[in-house]
Amino acid sequence: MLVSYKWLKEYVNLDDLTPADVAEKLTRSGVEVDAVHSLSEGITNLVVGKVMTCEKHPQADKLNLCQVDVGESDPVQIVCGASNVGEGQFVAVARVGARLPGGMKIKRAKLRGEVSEGMICSLQELGFEGKVVPKKYSEGIFNFPQEMIAGEDAMAPLGLDDTVLELDLTPNRSDCLSMIGVAYEVAAILGREVNVPEPAIVASKEKASDHISVKVEASGDNPYYGANVIKGLQISESPLWLQTALMAAGVRPVNNVVDITNYVLLEYGQPLHAFDLDRFGSEEVVVRRAADGEKIVTLDDTERTLSGDHLVITNGNDPVALAGVMGGATSEVENGSVNILLEAAYFSPASVRKASRDLGLRSDSSVRFEKGVDPNSVAEAGARAASLIQQLSGGEILEGPVEFDELNKNKKEVTITLNKINSVLGTHMTAEEVSQIFDQLQFGIDEKDGEFSVTVPTRRQDISIEADLVEEAARLYGYDNIPVTLPNTPSTPGGLTAEQLKKRKARRFLEGAGMLEAVNYSLTTAEKEAYFKEESKSRVKVALPMSEERSALRTTLIPHLLDDLSYNKNRNIYNVSLYEMGTVFHTEEETVTVQPEEKTFLAGALMGLWQEHSWQGEKKPADFFVLKGIVEGLLKELNITGEIRFVQSETRGLHPGRTASLYIDGTEAGVLGQLHPATAKEWSLPETYVFELDLSTLMSFPAEAVRYEPIPRYPGMDRDIALVVEEDIKAEELEKVIVAHGGSLLSSVSVFDLYQGENLEPGKKSLAFSLRYQNREKTLTEEEVTEVHTKVLQALEEKLGAKLRA
Amino acid sequence: MLDRLQELHDEAMKKVAEAEDLNDLKEVRVAYLGKKGPITEVMKGMGKLSAEERPKVGQKANEVRESVKSYIEEKEKAFEEAAMLEKLKKESIDVTLPGRPVSKGSRHPLTSVVETIEDVFIGMGFNVAEGPEVETDYYNFESLNLPKHHPARDMQDTFFITSDLLLRTQTSPVQTRTMEKHEGQGPVKIVCPGKVYRRDEDDATHSHQFMQIEGLVVDEGIRMSDLKGIFATFVKQYFGEERDIRLRPSFFPFTEPSAELDISCAMCGGKGCRTCKQTGWIEVLGAGMVHPNVLKMGGFDPDQYSGFAFGMGVERFAMLKYGIDDIRHFYTNDKRFLNQFTRV
Ligand SMILES: [Zn+2]
Repeated sequence: MLVSYKWLKEYVNLDDLTPADVAEKLTRSGVEVDAVHSLSEGITNLVVGKVMTCEKHPQADKLNLCQVDVGESDPVQIVCGASNVGEGQFVAVARVGARLPGGMKIKRAKLRGEVSEGMICSLQELGFEGKVVPKKYSEGIFNFPQEMIAGEDAMAPLGLDDTVLELDLTPNRSDCLSMIGVAYEVAAILGREVNVPEPAIVASKEKASDHISVKVEASGDNPYYGANVIKGLQISESPLWLQTALMAAGVRPVNNVVDITNYVLLEYGQPLHAFDLDRFGSEEVVVRRAADGEKIVTLDDTERTLSGDHLVITNGNDPVALAGVMGGATSEVENGSVNILLEAAYFSPASVRKASRDLGLRSDSSVRFEKGVDPNSVAEAGARAASLIQQLSGGEILEGPVEFDELNKNKKEVTITLNKINSVLGTHMTAEEVSQIFDQLQFGIDEKDGEFSVTVPTRRQDISIEADLVEEAARLYGYDNIPVTLPNTPSTPGGLTAEQLKKRKARRFLEGAGMLEAVNYSLTTAEKEAYFKEESKSRVKVALPMSEERSALRTTLIPHLLDDLSYNKNRNIYNVSLYEMGTVFHTEEETVTVQPEEKTFLAGALMGLWQEHSWQGEKKPADFFVLKGIVEGLLKELNITGEIRFVQSETRGLHPGRTASLYIDGTEAGVLGQLHPATAKEWSLPETYVFELDLSTLMSFPAEAVRYEPIPRYPGMDRDIALVVEEDIKAEELEKVIVAHGGSLLSSVSVFDLYQGENLEPGKKSLAFSLRYQNREKTLTEEEVTEVHTKVLQALEEKLGAKLRA
Repeated sequence: MLDRLQELHDEAMKKVAEAEDLNDLKEVRVAYLGKKGPITEVMKGMGKLSAEERPKVGQKANEVRESVKSYIEEKEKAFEEAAMLEKLKKESIDVTLPGRPVSKGSRHPLTSVVETIEDVFIGMGFNVAEGPEVETDYYNFESLNLPKHHPARDMQDTFFITSDLLLRTQTSPVQTRTMEKHEGQGPVKIVCPGKVYRRDEDDATHSHQFMQIEGLVVDEGIRMSDLKGIFATFVKQYFGEERDIRLRPSFFPFTEPSAELDISCAMCGGKGCRTCKQTGWIEVLGAGMVHPNVLKMGGFDPDQYSGFAFGMGVERFAMLKYGIDDIRHFYTNDKRFLNQFTRV
């Protein structure tokens, strides 16, 4: 909403304040002022000029040579390029030395040999936006539609001595979609009076009902319809005050009748519509629901197809307007219109909202009806417009209006206690202070022993319950005046849940390991995920995606991490390790009807060097075992107690020989491996390693409490063995046999070498293990260890054909 | 004999003084202090001496030995030190070469902001509550006093999945879910961080996915002045001791009275600058007293209980804190961006 300060001053005395003061007060009490524009900013030395003569420039076809009276003894010569400049016009002249918006400075100039002392201005040159400039002036200069005095200051007549406040209204304050509403708000904040002019109607003896009847067939959505008839008017250009008021409010002037309906819409927040009575097509107004498929051509010359949800104004047969949204083209007020039917109606918010949505049509009118107009202003606004039309276009108002009226105009009554207000706000207001506030708001009050019965004017439809009154009291009392306290309720222990702590631990571990945390979008495409997941029906899709790129919820975190790697690689960053913790979405349903399962996944992607210290020649590329080390460390960090197994697996999108699935106590909880070279190619990535863990599942395994185990007091004994086995025997299998036969003396086993190649039979490999024997009770003897160790070696040979390497 | 000993002493000392390395010293030691050396020789002749003279000569012989020995040792030490110094000099390295880096990853700035805020509120007795990102219309809108066709729904353009399921547009649904779990019994003190989604075209200041932290306090006797107190504490802990707060009236369907919370501008200290658009204040979050309808739908009796709720944008906090100018940076995962937060 754009509020002309000059216009606002017609209702409230603001003489002692500046627009900036008012803006600040409005903002601090709940109606945010986004911007304050002074229309005169950057303009100096602008006067009214009278074009005495206007001739073609001798050297240039498109230029005119004007002698302009600017109130001095001699006229000045101005070269003007506008085609609509003409003799006898009163125009706005920027004199030599003048400044115009945008920093333009007017200098004495010579144009094709002719002196030009100033500039005849267009409205755009004076800072008006093109969309509010009347069509008549949009292609050329402006000329005053009335007699003026040459040499007078032109700022005030053009409305440039005004300041516009741009309101950013919250959806509840639709009362401020009108000048009068804003006036009430400003008056309430300042504790001043509001002065709203009474419409003065001089009606003729002739009755409107002799020319028109009103029938409403959908009274629920149209509880009031008032039709004024004005005869014998003359359509013309509006007077300047009206045009400048509209332009300041962001509305383009059209003609006097249309301008008046717009002016009253802005003044009262009540949309009105004028029909050309002679082209209305009948003598009856019938408001009804449209038939399915019924068509109407609206004012914007667009044919619209309607449905039974939409309310239309008809002449008994054909729709002539889309109720509350836009008028029809057939009965539009035109230059030759003489008799009009002026509609002032109440259309229900729901019906207008529906029509506006369905047809994609928003207008100043629909916006106001959608929020609900003031039931007590409908007829008054109609009368106000009729009286203005009579004043400005010379018409005659017939006795009326013809009405259909089932509108509830009752004011709401809300009760509240002083105690309630103070206990919600933490304030210590007195009953007098509260009464004063409600009084300033022009609410009716009946107070008894701290209990208020408040009668709310219908313009404030946002107020219907106690809390609404608390808010009114608070904002007028001033939020700054509310004290600062802390709850005097018992204190509570705050903290994170076990799962939240584990998530933080996982993050800290990966950070410590050197990975960068990434955050990606949850919305993705099925195609991207198809590299890793079989395309399934069970995917959660957005009903109306903004783009294909964001059409479905992700079921894996890997593809977006690959996007990230690829993004970095394209910027010549080759060594990147990222991880992400995020939600994935899964449904078993073909068409989703219930909330999908949401799980927290933890994924990582490694590209290039994992560790690097170039000048010492140290370069460790990321590989499977770097990846596995991270995952193993993470499992330790999360204190997973179950049996952990990495099982060679084949997973879509990953290298079939370099991929493992992670199992905890037999439950699959993740996958890790090298990106399949074909998949890597799709993302233009080099050798890349990824892991993805189902963190929700991992966290479901109970953590084991840490218990201290005494440090051994007796020395242990180490035995290293190099075993030659078939190539397909896995380290895990050998280790299992060692552990099974090492008995209680074996305290640890670890791999320390892998050898394949020369000096071994083909198809064989050598794996070396280091075994530590330990007795907690006493010092071990050589014999004891040898006895157990021999058993281990025997078992290795028997079960897996492992021989000690010579 | 005494003269002879003195003579030998002077001779030996002269040789030690002339010694140029450890070898020379060894020779002197063997020559003068060895078992076949001249001092020993002199001592052998002591039997011929009188009982008075014998101790005098013995003492002198010992003095000479000690003196020579200690001089040799002193010189040996000097030679050793010089040799060590020489050796170490050869081992000298360029200490300005870069060290071997210890791996250090980074926390995403959004995570960092979320955890910091969580911790401040945990310190004030709050718990952290989470909820699903795919929500029902009921939890995302209706239970928050936004019935179907409510005009304020337009403020949050929504990604619908079905007519009833949607990507949550705010983390407030967690509030209702938590209130339901409390079954009408206070106190409830939670913060709810999480991802939310709105149909916005991505640009420097808009993102179709972003993060919010909402909070809720419900108990008997909670007042709007408490909201001010909690926030004054929070703002001082998070943004710094010198920051002031102010509330401005606003509108949210789920709170009433509603407020925007501003903090004094750090750039200009409240005098007005470009960052704060000359106002001296920066808007950081929306808050208000929980609307009675929301309490009711969460199973709390609005006549007995009251509460306040607040919501803040995590990206906005991160942008303010680190001076980041484009919201898309958070979702691009450029290493050059992420690496800057290793110190956070
Ligand atoms: Zn500032």
